[in-house]
Amino acid sequence: MDRDLKRSIILDNYQNANKKYISNGDEFTKINTRNVSCIDNLDIYIDMDNNIIKDISFEGEACVISISSTNILINLLIGKSKEEALYIIDNYLKMINEEEYDKEVLKELLVFDDTGKQPSRIKCATLTANGIKKFLENN
Amino acid sequence: MNREDFEILRKTIVYFDNGATTLKPNVVRDSILKYYDEYTANAHRGDYKTSAIVDNLYEEAREKVAKFINAKEKSEIVFTSGTTNSMNMIIFGYFKDNLKEGDEVLITLSEHASNIVPWFILEKEIGIKVKYIDLDNKHEVSIDNVKKAITDKTKVISIAMTTNVVGDTRPIKEISKIAHDNNILMVVDAAQGIAHSKIDVQNMDIDFMAFSGHKMYGPTGIGVLYGKFDLLDKVTPFNYGGGMNAMFTKDGYVELREIPTRLEGGTPNIEGVLGLGAAISYIEDIGIDKINKYEKELRRYLISELDKLDFIDVYNREVDTNIVAFNIKGVFAQDTAVYLDKYNICVRAGNHCAKILDNEINISNTVRISLSFYNNKEEIDLLINVLKNSENIWKEIL
Repeated sequence: MDRDLKRSIILDNYQNANKKYISNGDEFTKINTRNVSCIDNLDIYIDMDNNIIKDISFEGEACVISISSTNILINLLIGKSKEEALYIIDNYLKMINEEEYDKEVLKELLVFDDTGKQPSRIKCATLTANGIKKFLENN
Repeated sequence: MNREDFEILRKTIVYFDNGATTLKPNVVRDSILKYYDEYTANAHRGDYKTSAIVDNLYEEAREKVAKFINAKEKSEIVFTSGTTNSMNMIIFGYFKDNLKEGDEVLITLSEHASNIVPWFILEKEIGIKVKYIDLDNKHEVSIDNVKKAITDKTKVISIAMTTNVVGDTRPIKEISKIAHDNNILMVVDAAQGIAHSKIDVQNMDIDFMAFSGHKMYGPTGIGVLYGKFDLLDKVTPFNYGGGMNAMFTKDGYVELREIPTRLEGGTPNIEGVLGLGAAISYIEDIGIDKINKYEKELRRYLISELDKLDFIDVYNREVDTNIVAFNIKGVFAQDTAVYLDKYNICVRAGNHCAKILDNEINISNTVRISLSFYNNKEEIDLLINVLKNSENIWKEIL
C-alpha cells in the first residue's frame, strides 16, 4: 500500500474515529487497557450477544497509532463471532510481530504492516487487540 | 557548558530527559572501570592492599555525600539502590513501627509514585491516613496550605524537594519549621532536586531524605537514605545477613552493627558507590550554584522561545527550576516525542509517574523537557525549529 494512502487512512481513523464514544448501556462490558509504558489509557465497551460481537466502542487518551488501530480493529470486529474475531486479532498480532500472517482477513489493518519496525510503537498498535483478545478468551 | 566531559555528547543527540536520568561524565565511567581494572575487591572484608583501597574509596564516597548535603556526620548516610528503595526502607522500616492507626501523613497530588504507593500500602497495613496538602493555582505548595492541612493527628509531612512534572521547588526549610513546631517529622524526596540546587539537611532541618545517584550524573542502582542519627538508629533493617551483623552464636543470639552498616546488609553496589562519589566530586568541581544559575537562565530562554509559538501550551511557565511541561495543541504528547526523536531530540512524554496529578491539572499527559548544565541555547534553537515545522508531524511520524 502506498505510504500516502496508509497515512491518510491512519489519520482519518484518528481524527474522525467513528467508534470513539462511551457506551453506557447494561449490555456493554467495560474493559480498561492500560499500556505498560504508562501513557495510553483507553476504555473499551463491548456488547456480546451469544457468540457474536454486537457492538464495540472506546474512549480515552492515546497516541495516533493507538487510537487509529483501535478504531479500525473495532470496525472490523463488529458483527463477527468470537472465533472469527480471535482469528483476526491473532493474525493482526502476527503482522505487528513480523511473523507470517493471513492478509485476507485484516483489511484496513494492513496500514500497520510496517509498524513492527518501530519498536516504541508496537505496544501502541497492540494495546486494544490484546485487551479484546483477553476479554474474548475469558468469556 | 562542560559538554566535553561527556563521551555520549560527541554524538548528535539532544538530551532533554535529565529528569528521568542524567548523562554520565567520563570521570564517573572511569571510576567504575578503575574498580574493575585496578582494584576489584569486596568492601570491609580483606586484609590485602586492593581491598583496603576499595574500603577507603567506599567510605570516602560516604563522606562526600555527607559533605554534599551537609549532614552532621557520615554515619547518617546509608547507601541504597535508589530513591524508591530509600523511601521503602523508612516507610516500612521506621514509620510502620512508629505510627499507629489514625495517624496522618501529608503528601501532595504532585508526588512521584515512590512517595505515594508505599504510604498507601502502609495505610492498608496499619490504618494510617494519607492526606493531601492542597496545591495552589500554580500547582505549588504554599505555607498557608501546609498549615491548613495539619491536624493534631498529623505525624509526617513527606514531599518532594522538586516535583517531576510541574518542576516547582518547595520551601522545605519553612515547611520543616512548621512541621517541627507541631511535632511532625519531615521526609523529603530529593530525587529531582539533588543535582540542580544546594541542599543543606541541617539548615533545612530534614529528618529523612532520599535520592538517587543516576539523576545526579552517577550510575544507576545506587541511591542514598539520609536520616538524623537518632531516627536512623531506629530503622529496622530490611536485609539481615552478611556485613550488617556484629556477631551471632549457634543458639540464635544476634548482635547487629552500628548504623549505617547495619542498614547495608549484603555486598553493596560497590562500583555504584564509587561512581556516585566521582559524580559528587564532579558536581562540586563545577559548583552546584553555578549549575543552578546556568540551568535557570537556560530555562528562561526556552520559555521565551516557546512563548513565541502560539500552537504550544506550556503548563508550568512560572516555576524556576529545570523542568518545562508542554504540548503541541491538538497533538498527543507521545506523538510529539516520537516526532522530536526523528531529530534525535530526547524528551519524555507521559504522566511521569505522577498518576494522580491529572486530578489536579486536568492534563494527564505532557511532553517534559528537563534541562541540565550540558544543554545549551543551540539545542533549544534546534528544538524550536523542529517545533515550528510540526505542521508536518503526521508526514514525519506515519
